[in-house]
Amino acid sequence: MLKATGSDSSGNESAAIELRNITKRFGSVLANDRVSLSAQKGEILSILGENGSGKTTLMNMISGIYFPDEGQIFVEGREVRITSPKDAFALGIGMVHQHFKLVEVLSAAENIILGLPGKLRLSLEQIEKEVAELAESYGFVLDPKQKIYEMSVSQRQTVEIVKVLYRGAKILILDEPTAVLTPQEADTLFTILRKMREDGKSILIITHKLNEVLALSDRVSVLRKGAYVGTVKTKEATARSLTEMMVGEKVRLDIVRPAPKEPKKRLVVSELSCVDKEGLNVLTNVSFAAYGGEILGIAGIAGSGQKELLEAIAGLQAITSGSIDYFPPNRGNEETDKANLAKSIPTDKTETTGKTNEKGLDLVGLKPEEIKSLGIRLSFVPEDRLGMGLVPDMDLTDNMLLRSLHDEKGFLVDRKKPKKLALSTIDRLSVSVPGVSTPVRRLSGGNVQKILVGREIAGDPKVLMVAYPVRGLDIRSAHTIYDLLNKQKEKGVALLCVGEDLDVLLALCDKIMVLSDGKMSEILDAKQTDKEAIGLLMMGDGVA
Amino acid sequence: MKKPPIHIVKREDIGIGKALLVRLLAILLGLIVCALLIFALTGLNPIGVYASLISGAVGTMRRTWMTIRDALILLLIAVGLTPAFRMRFWNIGAEGQVLTGAVAAAAIMIYFNQLPPPVLLPLMLLASLIAGMAWGLIPALCKVQFGTNETLLTLMLNYIAMQIVNVCIVFWENPKGSNTVGIINSDTKAGWLPPLFGLNYGWNVVIALLITAGMYFYLKYTKQGYEIAVVGESENTARYAGISVKRVVLRTMAVSGAICGIAGFLIVSGASQTISVSTGGGRGFTAIIVSFLAQFNAFAMIPVSVFLVFMQKGAIQIASQFSLNDSISDVITGILLFFLIGCEFFIRYKISFAGKSAKQS
Repeated sequence: MLKATGSDSSGNESAAIELRNITKRFGSVLANDRVSLSAQKGEILSILGENGSGKTTLMNMISGIYFPDEGQIFVEGREVRITSPKDAFALGIGMVHQHFKLVEVLSAAENIILGLPGKLRLSLEQIEKEVAELAESYGFVLDPKQKIYEMSVSQRQTVEIVKVLYRGAKILILDEPTAVLTPQEADTLFTILRKMREDGKSILIITHKLNEVLALSDRVSVLRKGAYVGTVKTKEATARSLTEMMVGEKVRLDIVRPAPKEPKKRLVVSELSCVDKEGLNVLTNVSFAAYGGEILGIAGIAGSGQKELLEAIAGLQAITSGSIDYFPPNRGNEETDKANLAKSIPTDKTETTGKTNEKGLDLVGLKPEEIKSLGIRLSFVPEDRLGMGLVPDMDLTDNMLLRSLHDEKGFLVDRKKPKKLALSTIDRLSVSVPGVSTPVRRLSGGNVQKILVGREIAGDPKVLMVAYPVRGLDIRSAHTIYDLLNKQKEKGVALLCVGEDLDVLLALCDKIMVLSDGKMSEILDAKQTDKEAIGLLMMGDGVA
Repeated sequence: MKKPPIHIVKREDIGIGKALLVRLLAILLGLIVCALLIFALTGLNPIGVYASLISGAVGTMRRTWMTIRDALILLLIAVGLTPAFRMRFWNIGAEGQVLTGAVAAAAIMIYFNQLPPPVLLPLMLLASLIAGMAWGLIPALCKVQFGTNETLLTLMLNYIAMQIVNVCIVFWENPKGSNTVGIINSDTKAGWLPPLFGLNYGWNVVIALLITAGMYFYLKYTKQGYEIAVVGESENTARYAGISVKRVVLRTMAVSGAICGIAGFLIVSGASQTISVSTGGGRGFTAIIVSFLAQFNAFAMIPVSVFLVFMQKGAIQIASQFSLNDSISDVITGILLFFLIGCEFFIRYKISFAGKSAKQS
C-alpha cells in the first residue's frame, strides 16, 4: 500500500481486474476501507469474509450497482469508471446474484437475450443454437427452450451463468453460488468453473464456506469489517488459518453434539399432507416423531416443503389430512402432568416406545394463539425473518413484544419487559446495534437473526422449530447459535432444525430426515450417514 | 478518480433544529417562487396578494374562528382515517362516513327536537358515531369475508351515502319545494352545540383535540394500536404472532368510521346546522392528504390541517379582492407543498457534485 498510494493511472498489465484502495461509506458506516485486490486471467479468486465484512458491497461496485467514494478500478491495466451494470457488461464483467433475476414465464434463451440490443427481426432459433453450443462447450446441461418455471434451482443458476457468458463476460462474479445446491450439484458447478478457468476467464467467488474455498480457488482475499486483511495462496492456507484471518482471532470450528438424555416423546406427526394456494401438494404423508432432548434435522433442496411443514405445526398452514399430536396431552405443564398421570392418562410410561396409536393433544386446525392458550410453548424461527418473524419498521423492543403480547393483561402495552429482553439478548448474543430503539430493518442479516433466535428461545419452549438458524451468520455467531440450540436440547426441548449446510446438520443433529418435493425419506441417524447419502435423498432417490 | 457528476449519499440523522431550518427555508423558497409566478401571470403585487390571503384567513376575529372551526373538522377526519392507514387499509370513504354521521345527527335533531339538550346532544353524538361506524364496517366486513378491495368499496360507498342524503332531503326539506333542508331548528336551536367557556366553537375545540390526543395515545401505547401496526406491516407476521387479522381489521375500521361519524356530528351540530350532499365538502379526501403529510402522527396533523384551511380561507379573499378566481390559492398551496415534501429528500440525503469534492481524492 505504501507504493500504491496516489493516483497512478496505469494498473498492473497482467491482471484481468484490479481494485486499488476502494473505499465506500454509507453515512458514517465504512463498508469498504481501502480494499485492494486483483484477479489474473485464468484464476479463481475467493472473496472470503464474515457477514457484514463488505464482500457484497465490493462486488456491487465492480458490477456497477454502487459507485466507490474513493479508489481506482483497473480492467486489463486500464483505469475504468463503472457507473452502471451496463458499463460493467461493456467491460466484460458479469455478476451472478445470489437471488436469481429471471423471468419465470420465458424460456432460457429468451432470458439470456433479454435486454440485449438485437436486430429488428429476432431469430430465436439462431440464438437457441448459440446458447446450446456455448453451454455445451463448458459442459453445462441446458435446454434453451425450457421455461424457467419448469426448472430446478440448479438449472436456473445455469441459465444465469450462461447468460453472463453469452454476453461475453471475461470476469465472472458469483455471489454464494452453492447456497442453493445439493453437494452433487455443487461438484458439477465446480468442474465447470475449473473449465472456465482453463479458458482464461477470471472468476471471483463470494462465499463463507471454507471447504469450497479450499477445494476450488487459486487464491483467497479476506475481508474483515470492511477492511482488506490480505490475500493468500489457497495451497498455503488451511481452514483454520483462513478462519483466523477472517475473524481476527482463534476460534473453535467443531460443533459439539451432546448425547440425548432420556428422550421423551413430544410431538408426533402422522400422515400429514398440505396443499398450496394453487391446490398442488406441498407435503404428502409426512410422519415422524420429535423427542424432547433431541435435534431432528430436516434437509432438502429449498422449496421441498420444509417451510410448509414447520408452518403446519405452528398453526399457520392449512392441513388437508393427517394429525399432529402433542405429548403429554394434558397441556405442556410437567408438574400437572405428573399429578394427573396417575389418575387419568396411563400413556406416559410408554412414551419412549414410539408407538403412535395413542392420542396426544391434536394441534390440527388450531391457530397460533389457540396453541398458545392451551399452554403449549412452541417457539418458531421462520425462514422469512422480516416478512414473518419480525417487523422491520419496528424497533427491537416492539419486536420482542410480538411474542409476549398475549401474555399481557389489560389495554395498554407494557414495554418494560420486552425492553429488558431486548437488552439481555443484545448482551448475550453480542448483537451490534446502536440501541433498543433502532428499527430492525437497519440491522445486518446476522444481527436480525440473533434478535429473532434470542426472542424465541426466551419463550422457554418445549418445542423449538428453527429454519436455517445460521443463514447469514458469521462463524462466531453461528457457533453461539449452535451452543444455544444445544443448551435447549439439554433442557429437554424437542428441536426441529431445517438447514441447508449439510456439514452443519450432520454435526449438530441427532437424526436427519430428508424432504424431497414434499415427500419424506426414512429418518436417518446423523452419526451413521454422510453427505452423499443425504444428497441423493434430496434429489428424490429413495424417497417414499 | 473520475466521478459521476452527481453523487447522492444517505445522511446520518440530522438534528431536529437543522431539519426545521431546512423546512422553513423550503417554505421561504416556495413563497418566492409563488411571488414570481403571481407577478408573471397577473401582474399584481405579490406582497399585496399575500397580505390579502392572510387577512382572509385570520383578518378578523370571526374569520379566525371560521378557520379554526374548519381546521378542527379537517383534523378530526384525518385523525379518523389514520388508524386505517396505519393498518394499510386504504379507506378513502371518509366522505361517506362523515355524511352518514351527519345524516344520523340531523335525523335525531329533527325528530327528537323536544328532548332537553343534555339528552339530545349526546344522543346525536351517539347516533353519528354508530352510523359512521356502520359505514366503515361494511367495506371491512367485505374485505375479511370475501377479500374485496377496500379502496374501491369505500369510494363507492361515498356515492351511496350522498344518495341517502338526497332521499332524506325529500322528507326534511324546509321550506317545502326548496329541495334544501335549511337551518334545522333555527327557532329553538335544539341540537345546536352551545358555546363553551363563552367561545362559540368551544365544544368543537374540546372534542377534536381530545380525540386527536386520544388517537395519538391509542396508536402508541395500547395493545390494539400495536396490533394495528403489526397487521399493517405484514399479515403473515400478525398471524405468526397470534394476532387475529380479521378482528383487528374490523375493530380498526369501526374506530375509523366512528371518528369520521363524529366529524359529521360536529359539522351538523357545531358548524352548519344543516345538511346537504355537499356537507362533506371534499374534506374526506383532503383529510387523506393531511394524514399522509403528517406521516400518521396525530399531533402533526394539527399544523397541517390549519395550513390547508388557512390557504383555502385566504383564497376566497384573494378571489373577491383581486377579481381572480380562487384557483390561485390552489396554485400557491400546490407550490408550497411541493417545496415542503421535496425538502424531505434533502433532510434524508446529501448531494455532492463532482467539481466540489474532486480534490479530496
